[in-house]
Amino acid sequence: MANKLMRTLSGTLADEMGDLSLGEICRLCGVHAEYIIELVEEGALTPRGRNIREWRFAPAELGRARRALRLQHDLNVNLAGASLALDLLDEIQRLRRRLRRFDPWC
Amino acid sequence: MEYKDYYKILGVDKKATQDEIKRAYRKLARKYHPDVSKEADAEARFKEVGEAYEVLKDPEKREAYDHLGANWQAGQDFRPPPDWGNAGGFDFGGGGFTSDDATAYSDFFESLFGQRARHASGGRAGFQMRGSDQHARIAIDLEDAYKSTTRAVTLGMREIGAEGRAHMKQRTLNVRIPKGVKEGQQIRLAGQGNPGMGGGEAGDLYLEITFNPHPLYRIEGKDVYLTLPVTPWEATLGATVKVPTPDGPVDLRIPENSKSGRKLRLKGRGIPAKTPGDLYVVLEIALPPANDEKAKQVYRDMQKNLPFNPRSHMGV
Repeated sequence: MANKLMRTLSGTLADEMGDLSLGEICRLCGVHAEYIIELVEEGALTPRGRNIREWRFAPAELGRARRALRLQHDLNVNLAGASLALDLLDEIQRLRRRLRRFDPWC
Repeated sequence: MEYKDYYKILGVDKKATQDEIKRAYRKLARKYHPDVSKEADAEARFKEVGEAYEVLKDPEKREAYDHLGANWQAGQDFRPPPDWGNAGGFDFGGGGFTSDDATAYSDFFESLFGQRARHASGGRAGFQMRGSDQHARIAIDLEDAYKSTTRAVTLGMREIGAEGRAHMKQRTLNVRIPKGVKEGQQIRLAGQGNPGMGGGEAGDLYLEITFNPHPLYRIEGKDVYLTLPVTPWEATLGATVKVPTPDGPVDLRIPENSKSGRKLRLKGRGIPAKTPGDLYVVLEIALPPANDEKAKQVYRDMQKNLPFNPRSHMGV
């Protein structure tokens, strides 16, 4: 019953945001630019654009940056370790999706 | 409030060494990290493990916790002893919290270690901080992606009370799920994350969409797959059959001489979008059972009248 009285919230689909500049992704992650630059140098993030000023990050990169940040902070791994974990987690997700073709309940 | 057995949470003995506690914590933290684990309660478990470690890794806190006595059982109603914090000379001022998000700890932890730590770290006048973003997963049915719908989402949120103490509170939000959402997409609700400190703005809430497993459909991006059983005569002679779609049943023409595994595309009947996904119908020929003499006779007639070797390409 209480739900009926509640206001319904409408959000925006995060990946329908436009591409992000270095400044924007830093603000949304709450980190300094150096950290994002390190993630790019590690290959964990792949912005488009030839130099830092032209860098544009696809919205999905924001999720990756945040995950890397959380993994580093919570699990005490370094940048390379967090990047490796991100790649492996992506791979697991891909495999799980394929597995679901044969067993939708997995 | 409930008594928490921190040793049990970490799965260690009460006599465990600091090294053993650290190892147990590290292992469980990796196991339950919400970015790593796919268990539904991963976040709650991760926080619980973090709280247990916060107490047991610090010899002073651990001693104080042990001092409560060994007779408490996990889940038992708990009140701190009246002499708590006076007896034994424990002092948790300063360095009490090492985690940034310490306010997410349980009432039990707060009652033992919370206030003193806050007193010590308080007094930073004018300190403002934006609240952290909160992430949650929301499971919807495939059918929900075909229309705009509303879902009630219940979240554990930390809330800062009048006296400045934070505690976890259940919060239910009604959220509109926009038409055409796909697996893995995130809905961002601005200002619905954790509250800020000192008047700082609240963080955002991100809801990641996952689909509940569906008994009929399989989802790949914005395309949807359906395995459709057909009879041998429908597949061979061709037929128009009713086919379920998440949008309601439609008529589908099966072309004659269709084989098992044939993929028929219903253009634009996948998940809606500017360019909607497609619905693929995969044919699967179902054989009628031959439980009585009449049905067996039909198979015998086929055997006699249809010279057919499905293994001819195998050279046998």
